[in-house]
Amino acid sequence: MGLAKRIIPCLDVDAGRVVKGVNFIGIRDAGDPVEIAQRYNLQGADEITFLDITASHEDRDTTVEMVERIAGEVFIPLTVGGGIRTCDDIRTMLNAGADKVSINTAAVNNPDFVREAAERFGSQCIVVAIDAKRVSAEGESPRWEIFTHGGRRPTGLDAVEWAKKMVAYGAGELLLTSMDRDGTKAGFDLGVTRAISDAVTVPVIASGGVGNLDHLVEGVLEGGADAVLAASIFHFSEYTIPEAKRYMAERGIEMRLSQGQGE
Amino acid sequence: MTIAVIDYGMGNLHSVAKALEHVTHEHVVITRDPRRIQGATRLVLPGQGAIRDCMGELEKTELRGLVQELLAKQSKPLLGICVGQQMLLDHSEESGGIPCLGFLAGEVKRFPTDMVDDREQRLKVPHMGWNLVYQHHAHPLWNGIDQNEHFYFVHSYYVAASEDACVFGTTRYGRVDAHVAIGRDATFAVQFHPEKSSRAGLRLLENFVTWSP
Repeated sequence: MGLAKRIIPCLDVDAGRVVKGVNFIGIRDAGDPVEIAQRYNLQGADEITFLDITASHEDRDTTVEMVERIAGEVFIPLTVGGGIRTCDDIRTMLNAGADKVSINTAAVNNPDFVREAAERFGSQCIVVAIDAKRVSAEGESPRWEIFTHGGRRPTGLDAVEWAKKMVAYGAGELLLTSMDRDGTKAGFDLGVTRAISDAVTVPVIASGGVGNLDHLVEGVLEGGADAVLAASIFHFSEYTIPEAKRYMAERGIEMRLSQGQGE
Repeated sequence: MTIAVIDYGMGNLHSVAKALEHVTHEHVVITRDPRRIQGATRLVLPGQGAIRDCMGELEKTELRGLVQELLAKQSKPLLGICVGQQMLLDHSEESGGIPCLGFLAGEVKRFPTDMVDDREQRLKVPHMGWNLVYQHHAHPLWNGIDQNEHFYFVHSYYVAASEDACVFGTTRYGRVDAHVAIGRDATFAVQFHPEKSSRAGLRLLENFVTWSP
């Protein structure tokens, strides 16, 4: 008995609405983030990640307001990512009630930003998001590279080396997404998950590709992940969080099985 | 009736203030004004980041003397959270050694980095996530909270108090039994984040705001 592995539902939010197919009908405008966050909290989610995919600057205020509303109702850790580029952005999100921020492109463009942010706000609230794609050919020893712009733009950075560097710069946690697997429902890329988890001392959240509960189990047991992040399997109610937790616990994984706040 | 969250410049105090507002109708203020702190009926001492910075900021904001005086008097309930718990001890081994407030005997130590779980997987430091809290001694702040309930933690250093009577909760991580809830008289302090620990955490805060030691 000890530290539980975490299940983190992820809300992709655009202009104040969750957009990643929360219902079967519409892809856009699929739900109110506050309601969905509350539902996951009641189900016993261990944390919530709020990914702001808003493109326009004006919508930023909506995002801040959403974060404030979630943080006023849902008393579990809340990570906010998407468009975090400056220390002011971080302060705004923390003041709105976020516990951690996730930094992605800004870290690639300027690694010192991670160092500055960790010094200013503490490593405990700095998550570095890593989007990795396999670049080695079949039969070669596996190698992954960092990509930006939703997996379209290569950076030449080796994913494992980059992960180590980000931890050295003060990242308190890594959110690792496999760009090959994201959206495929074929399971995590366990190779890169294991390689990075073994290479760093901080917790690693596996993301990208979850299609069923066995994928969550593999992420922890084979990938060595400390937490697993998923969106669509929970949004579509294919599985509930308690179901996922029980399934993982039955396979010998330490889970927090008690219910959330509202019970 | 005011609950003052002491703001000496370290960390994100909004979460704890919001969680307190969720469990009480009493007025919750985030403040560094000595008069407001003295006038409050209850105090929360939070803390985040490096203990050297926390102690430094407490000194710089000239609140150290006041906090120490309030700890000596024990005239109103005080809840320490995270580094706010660690600061109550004599000393921390963080950043080469930092003297702390010395309210309780004991030390703050770093988790060893060579710990493994029963699957031989290396245990990560910081200790981050939900872990079980064993209620070592009964306390009014445990009312309605199950033995071995999960609470949310984020820390790399842990408290090792010297006196067993001051230890109210322990958490096992690797081979370490961290003293995650300590206290004496009107002071109670926890390593975990009650404001982020869902139902059990809110219950602990509710117990705190109704506690009359």
